Amino acid sequence: MTEDRTIKILQLYPREMNIYGDWGNVLVLKQRLKWYGYNPVVEEYNAGDTFPEGVDIIVGGGGQDSGQVVIQQDLQELAPTLRALADDGLPMLVICGLYQLFGKFFKTHEGTLIPGIGILDLETHGGDVRLIGNVLSVSSEFGEIHGYENHSGQTFLGPGVEPLAEVRKGEGNNTKDNTEGARYKNVVASYLHGSLLPKNPAIADFLIQQAAIRKFGSFEPTPRSEEDLAELSKLSEMARQHAGQRPR
Amino acid sequence: MSSFSILVGKLVRSASKLRGGGSALPGLVVEKIDPDFIRRTLADLPLGVAVVSGTNGKTTTTKMVVELLESQGLKVFTNRTGSNFTRGVAAALLGEVNMRGRLDADIAVLELDEAHAVHFVKLIQPRYSLLLNVLRDQLDRFGEIDKTTRLLEQIARATTETVVLNREDPRVAGIAESLTTQRAVYFGLDASLRSTFPNDDEMRGSLAEALAATQEADVVLTRVGEADADFLVDGATRTSGLKLRGVYNIFNAAAALAFARTITGKDTDAEALFTALSNVEPAFGRGESLTVNGQPLELVLVKNPSGFRLGLKSFAAHGYSTMIAINDNYADGRDMSWLWDVDFESLADGGVDVVSGVRAYDMALRLKYDDVPVRTVEPDITDGLKRFIKDSPGVPMRIFCTYTAMLAVRRELSKITKVEVVS
Repeated sequence: MTEDRTIKILQLYPREMNIYGDWGNVLVLKQRLKWYGYNPVVEEYNAGDTFPEGVDIIVGGGGQDSGQVVIQQDLQELAPTLRALADDGLPMLVICGLYQLFGKFFKTHEGTLIPGIGILDLETHGGDVRLIGNVLSVSSEFGEIHGYENHSGQTFLGPGVEPLAEVRKGEGNNTKDNTEGARYKNVVASYLHGSLLPKNPAIADFLIQQAAIRKFGSFEPTPRSEEDLAELSKLSEMARQHAGQRPR
Repeated sequence: MSSFSILVGKLVRSASKLRGGGSALPGLVVEKIDPDFIRRTLADLPLGVAVVSGTNGKTTTTKMVVELLESQGLKVFTNRTGSNFTRGVAAALLGEVNMRGRLDADIAVLELDEAHAVHFVKLIQPRYSLLLNVLRDQLDRFGEIDKTTRLLEQIARATTETVVLNREDPRVAGIAESLTTQRAVYFGLDASLRSTFPNDDEMRGSLAEALAATQEADVVLTRVGEADADFLVDGATRTSGLKLRGVYNIFNAAAALAFARTITGKDTDAEALFTALSNVEPAFGRGESLTVNGQPLELVLVKNPSGFRLGLKSFAAHGYSTMIAINDNYADGRDMSWLWDVDFESLADGGVDVVSGVRAYDMALRLKYDDVPVRTVEPDITDGLKRFIKDSPGVPMRIFCTYTAMLAVRRELSKITKVEVVS
């Protein structure tokens, strides 16, 4: 039997929800999979498309408020599929706008209720200040997480999710508590872009490992080049160090 | 009162010049003792005030518009970009007005930063405005590009006569809908060039839909050559030689042409206009070419994904040594995410010689993920630049840099070569 090492990455709504370098997260997963000896395939899903079969990792990004409005209806139709996959342990990364819409609702500043798809037990309320700047947070699972936030919605977690990390610099989910992002099964949700995965390879590797385990029963990297991986780790580490020293 | 404030302002201006200081102080002084100075002085101009705004290309385009209008025999007052806009304008005005507060000019052409727009257009209504683009930079200042669009919309609505709009940028073109009494004029691209200028909505290319040109444009860029370009004007194609480099500058040349034609109307001397265009030199740091050790060294300012992508497209990597310097200071934008929206594959063959700046490692990491070899990572720009020049003997050099990185590079270069000093 020839060994199939294909991992299919699906980028959700790249047309509307792809700002602040969200493509970077997809690229990092794709390249790391390649370096680990897997065969990555990247597909896009936009409003109105047919949801593909055999997806192994889902990545969703941020968008403008107007982008959220455009995908709203389609996302509701996709909700049962996404919820089933999340409950089944499919690794997903959702950033900013899609993070908010993976929650129960987004109540805008003007009081309009934009329904979410409720995969994550959390709600978002439009705020009157925009939270913008470098963020340093710490997670017991992934260590220091570096990124940049830019959002006006403030997210509050319910009992059904854990925060992704605790904020050391910046705001994170809201201005009230010190939490940043959310964790549920293999879903990682965060306000941080920057992009998130390049400077936080531990999260990228978590998603990759979970995808491999879910599909093949185990994660067995066969690195094509140890040298490349070593250089990559060094560069990520240096980028993290410099990011951590920058002003808010 | 007014001549008193002008006298004081002029005195402070000469004093701070002697000290070698910046331009903001005299502006600040006048602002304090005579807040109406700018409005009053500009209000007298026979052709009023023309503003140029947009997220990218303001400086070069403003420079082009000034030179195009001068070719038509107009006396033009203009400003250099300053950290504080009104103060910078006040300081520039002080240098030009006579003791009675009269400005000897026909028109003021001002580069207007989106952030200062709201305040400024309340103070002074422009007669003409040129709105270039709404690209995805400075999101750390404005939050969303839709918000940036609304800032430009305010400029358009405050304009008293004509607004010149980029037909190819859906956000800018859309501003036409908010116009009431103003006339809209467009500049645009030929359909064959549209794919060369992907806008931010077409960032991830595969689904790009070329927008149909629904608006008649006053000036259309129809071809971009090595050192010239074709423009369709009044139904005829004109070829113009160009000293400007980079397709984005050349598209902005179409903007400047449309703007100048709008201002001078049917009196426009087309021959003089195109001669002037062929002589416009790039604004500093914008595709500027210097000479270092007998080799050309080009500076390409990059501030956002679209600009960087166009920069990479405009300048073939082959035959050049390449340096990239990325800072994340306030004026550059602190958010580094945009580097991930640029494809660097075109640099893969030759690699990048030096990566420098505060965020050198972010950049090096980005290049690594595109399989672009990087020879040296040196966050210190002085050291990085020395290394770059030393390692590139006999080879033309090119440096892609963010705004404050460009200032640092120029400062260092001025120690070894002649670099125009911009006050």
